[in-house]
Amino acid sequence: MDKQTYGALVKRRAARTRVTSNCLHAFLCGGAICAAGQLLTELYLFLGMAQRDASTTTTITLIFVAASLTGIGVFDRIARFAGAGTLLPVTGFANAVVSPAIDNKSEGLVVGVGAKIFTVAGPVLLFATLSGVVWGVIYYVISLFA
Amino acid sequence: MGELLLHTVRAFLVGGALCICAQLLIDLTALTPARILVVFEVAGVALGALGIFEPLLEFAGAGVGVPLLGFGGVIARGVREAVDEQGLLGVMTGPLSAAAGGTTAALVFGYLVCLLFRAKPKSQT
Repeated sequence: MDKQTYGALVKRRAARTRVTSNCLHAFLCGGAICAAGQLLTELYLFLGMAQRDASTTTTITLIFVAASLTGIGVFDRIARFAGAGTLLPVTGFANAVVSPAIDNKSEGLVVGVGAKIFTVAGPVLLFATLSGVVWGVIYYVISLFA
Repeated sequence: MGELLLHTVRAFLVGGALCICAQLLIDLTALTPARILVVFEVAGVALGALGIFEPLLEFAGAGVGVPLLGFGGVIARGVREAVDEQGLLGVMTGPLSAAAGGTTAALVFGYLVCLLFRAKPKSQT
């Protein structure tokens, strides 16, 4: 095998190893966050909340923690290790809301923070609303005939 | 106690598996994180509409509730209930009402964090 093919082979193997280790990190960190969420939910249930209220309160708690960690600059360090493990849970949403806003604080509280806070929250809310409306129309039509 | 452990392990495994899917999307496609969040969220609405989300939530708890998929699932449920109650008007009021808790928390805590902290210089490591 000549030098070039060998180089390509090494590169491909290295990329595969990187993807595998990224996935392992994502699995462990994402799993840990979800397990923590489950424990929080069980705690809120134990304190007498209804199932849905307990889930919503869990979401709010995780958002609070992720926003705070973003503020003190720790979140980025965890996220660099965890990849999708911190992105996909609601912690990633909270980070995506806070991060661009805090980076643009110098532009002011209205056009800086106020506008940039929706950099990622905007698309997420837009497509959540759109898909919700599509489903709502479909469900309404179905319920007319059911 | 055994039940608590079982619920937690299920949440860990299912939540972790979903994160692997997201990681593969990041590594193997050109999708940016914002797009991945949107994809999972719309997938959650679709799963909710097809009636698959509720059984999944029953089984895995926070394992599907905490990933952004859960945000979508909750929206699908909220829309269905709003349409049951208000008819066509529910199509308009349902989606954002269902998303209100998480969205408001993110905006309020986000704003407070911005007031309290400054951006950290990005360290290159």
